[in-house]
Amino acid sequence: MEQIKQEIRNFVVANYLFNQEGVLGNDDSFMDLGIIDSTGILELVSFLQEKFGIEIDDELSPENLDSVNRLTRFVSRKLNGNADPSSISHGFMPEENVA
Amino acid sequence: MSAICAVTPDLLKLDAAAEVERIENRIREIVFQQLKRKGAVLGVSGGIDSTVTAFLCARALGKERTKIIFMPEKDSSSDSLRLGRQVGEALGVEAFTEDIAPILEACRCYERRDAAIRSVVPEYGEGYKSKIVLPNLIDDDRYAVFSVVVQSPSGEMKKVRLTAKAYLGILAATNFKQRVRKMLEYHYADLFAFAVAGTPNRLEYDQAFFVKNGDGSADFKPIAHLFKTQVYQLAEYLGVPREIQDRPPTTDTYSLEQSQDEFYFALPHAQMDLCLYAKNQGMSPAEIADAVGLDEQQVERVYAMIDSKRKATYYLQAEPQLIEPIDEV
Repeated sequence: MEQIKQEIRNFVVANYLFNQEGVLGNDDSFMDLGIIDSTGILELVSFLQEKFGIEIDDELSPENLDSVNRLTRFVSRKLNGNADPSSISHGFMPEENVA
Repeated sequence: MSAICAVTPDLLKLDAAAEVERIENRIREIVFQQLKRKGAVLGVSGGIDSTVTAFLCARALGKERTKIIFMPEKDSSSDSLRLGRQVGEALGVEAFTEDIAPILEACRCYERRDAAIRSVVPEYGEGYKSKIVLPNLIDDDRYAVFSVVVQSPSGEMKKVRLTAKAYLGILAATNFKQRVRKMLEYHYADLFAFAVAGTPNRLEYDQAFFVKNGDGSADFKPIAHLFKTQVYQLAEYLGVPREIQDRPPTTDTYSLEQSQDEFYFALPHAQMDLCLYAKNQGMSPAEIADAVGLDEQQVERVYAMIDSKRKATYYLQAEPQLIEPIDEV
């Protein structure tokens, strides 16, 4: 879990804090700090899917994604489930019939 | 503390006659005295905001000093040009039609957009239509991440969440539309020594629902202080053609019809207007919930979204940044 946390933290600091270490606490809310917007969330989702071999469907909520610690717990739960690295999808979600 | 005792859906009712007079006086001051321009030019889409702006400019400055431009492209609704022409006829102003599709083709707008969509929907191609949409943001705590909705030539619909690269690719491509239109507005402004009127309403202005240096750019914005609800009140007073008053707001940007609440706002404009007004007045979600037709938690989410969007769109609102102030200018 510590390795997961560190990799997530490294990604967030490099991509959204421009390598300013020491600014972000692991429980700090990204939304409250205004450091990740909706495009950033999509980048974060791509990173998590590729890095950890998990598929993220309709789970894009602050509860799962809004701090380093929340992300760590979310990824750990996904990995302890039936995450299948061969099913990595880059931006695909199950096809929906749209009215 | 709330400044208003009775919270009803009529909170945004204004004295249309007085407001029209006030705006027209300010248009004359701004255009003639401040900017020292001879009139106003604006793009007219057949929507309520550009129509009301055109009416206000023509009444304030005179029909000879107001010129309107229609700028359709491949994805425009045919209603836009037809309704735009009604505005020109109603006002008796000079109107120009510029089909911007060739310019957009030359910029590879459509090609770039389609390539971005194909990165998540590989079969997207000839005969397909598309739009981008947000999820329901009112009933759950969710991020405002976009999906693309595509319709095949046979009518099948499919929705796919965008990657960051695909989303930015679509946005960067479709933003050509608003920027090309603004380029032409300034061409006519230069030609006639006129000023360019922008047409955002208050919600759009506040929440940066515009393209930077596209429809976000203008010399003056005469309805930016008005909620869309109020723009409709002025439209009624000004005698805007009924069909334009009744037309549902649309972005008119994508080949599939897209409402503004699918694309940018979480709610239809009447509810968003009330929420924005109430928030600006310091009203609590509990005070406003009934009037808006939402529960307290839903209003809390709307308030949070308003704040979040203001922070996230700082870049769109920002003036050019200088290394040091230049006080002489």
